[in-house]
Amino acid sequence: MGWPRRSRCRRKVVMPEFITELLTNHPWLIVAIKVLGVFAVVMPMVAYSVVAERRISAFIQDRVGPNRVGIPFTNIKLLGLGQPLADGLKSFLKEDFTPGHVKRIYYWMAPAVSMTPSFIVFAVIPFGSMLGMQKMVIADLNVGILFTFGIVSLGVYGIVLAGYSANSKYPFLGGIRSSAQMISYEIAMGMSVVPVFMLAADPAWRDELTPAWKAYLEGTGLLNLSSVVAYQSDSLFSWLIFKQPIAFWIFLISIFAETNRLPFDLPESETELVSGYNTEYSSMRFALFFMGEYAAMIAGSALMVVLFCGGWTLPFGEYFNTPAQGLVQGIVHILVFIGKIAVFLGLMIWVRWMLPRFRYDQLMNIGWKRFLPVSLANIILTAIVLWAVA
Amino acid sequence: MKVKRAKLSWLERLYIPSILNGFKVTMRHFFSWKRSEVYADKQSNFAAKTTMQYPEEKWPVPTGYRGAPYLVKDVDNSTKCVSCQLCEFVCPPKAIRITPPGRDGDVDREGAEKMPEAFDINMLRCIYCGFCQEVCPEEAIFLLKDYVITGENREELIYDKEKLLSLGGLDQRAYDHHVQEGVDEGIKKWEKKTQDAKNQAEFH
Repeated sequence: MGWPRRSRCRRKVVMPEFITELLTNHPWLIVAIKVLGVFAVVMPMVAYSVVAERRISAFIQDRVGPNRVGIPFTNIKLLGLGQPLADGLKSFLKEDFTPGHVKRIYYWMAPAVSMTPSFIVFAVIPFGSMLGMQKMVIADLNVGILFTFGIVSLGVYGIVLAGYSANSKYPFLGGIRSSAQMISYEIAMGMSVVPVFMLAADPAWRDELTPAWKAYLEGTGLLNLSSVVAYQSDSLFSWLIFKQPIAFWIFLISIFAETNRLPFDLPESETELVSGYNTEYSSMRFALFFMGEYAAMIAGSALMVVLFCGGWTLPFGEYFNTPAQGLVQGIVHILVFIGKIAVFLGLMIWVRWMLPRFRYDQLMNIGWKRFLPVSLANIILTAIVLWAVA
Repeated sequence: MKVKRAKLSWLERLYIPSILNGFKVTMRHFFSWKRSEVYADKQSNFAAKTTMQYPEEKWPVPTGYRGAPYLVKDVDNSTKCVSCQLCEFVCPPKAIRITPPGRDGDVDREGAEKMPEAFDINMLRCIYCGFCQEVCPEEAIFLLKDYVITGENREELIYDKEKLLSLGGLDQRAYDHHVQEGVDEGIKKWEKKTQDAKNQAEFH
């Protein structure tokens, strides 16, 4: 435990004796608190990204969007920010209808299976530096990125299950499309991240870090996501979005495809498949798919922020790019992270209302014939450059 | 059928120019705002939000529109209706119900013999045919511009005399409503009636 200013921290945050004792005796409590904290932040983000989606889509289409619901039982409208309350209440009150022709167990499982993976991804994402004496990441895995890819690809099972269990043609087509699409983009996505780790997982740069960073990264491996953040903390141009623009581009588009967002929303495509895999779902089950989609968007944005845009750091000096010493700084770091996520969410929402859906063969074409070779070439190019520099 | 696909150039296949163009178009629409009435001509080339915030703003109703029938008052702010019950008689769905005052009813203006003791219009029954307006010898009832007739129960939608009078307002409004510019001069039964009365006075 090489935390240099530990004693100062202690003095600042006065904690009752029994709580500190409880937390030291039961470390799982801290994890539980972190999980609850992440959940408490992600759920409202999901709700408000739906509102943002509706408002932005409306504005792009020269409409106004939901601007009525404010604080319940008052006339305060708050630009429609109370909308998630109304939406949630509606989902809960609607009839939970199970059609007679579905395969029941899979039908009931599918929404949960599609939603959980997008939330599990948050487990390994470093969403802040330090708060008190805790690293702001739920599970500080050394194989963080591999874990993420493993979990993200689980998301497709929910959709395929939904398509299969619904036992009718449109959901089935949606499920098939989803599986094909996910497989093809998963590969490009994995390949695009390789150059990132070719740069970041180099032990050399870690010797040049400041003592605070060294203490922070102590005991973590080179594939750890915090380590990638540390690699990018130097300056704006050490962000991997500038060092690996091709990888970023491929990763960004693969995230679009992974989260079933337009222009790759073929599993869902309202116009041809009447909503695809979730055709047969209603009420809260449908809402679960919906929340899963937005949670996946947030998780994808968080990944992009961590891998390519410097995570919770900002290149504005010590305060922003070294692990936090105090509570306020820790919270500022978390807010920076959320702000960066919001930028990517805005981009994803914007693109949805800008680009038309790809045809299926175009989608496969881009996935296999463009992105896969380009990402491979990018790996080789990076290798050559690294070799030449060395 | 074989669909002929256009051969795309290298740049087009990158999709980047069209994506940038898409950003341009969506930005333009995103940052558009409500077109103001005053600068409508100047702004006609710009994109604008087309949503009408309904309960607050409503469509402009054309002249001569047959909305809800209301009782109107004359220029002295007194009731015009004289309880002749012609409208009640002519009303096809029997939406109007008038209770005449009997022998000694109250009158709120000079020259009128009687006023209705109660005047109810059941807005749920009304079919907006305008017969009542056409038949009224006193020009006391007009179909004005209201088309949103809402209530929480059936009783609420039977409008009584006070409500009809307050909604109808002054005669001038009803008169203006039916004047179409350049087409006709609106309903002017009362002008003819005044003339008739004068003629009669001269004749005697």
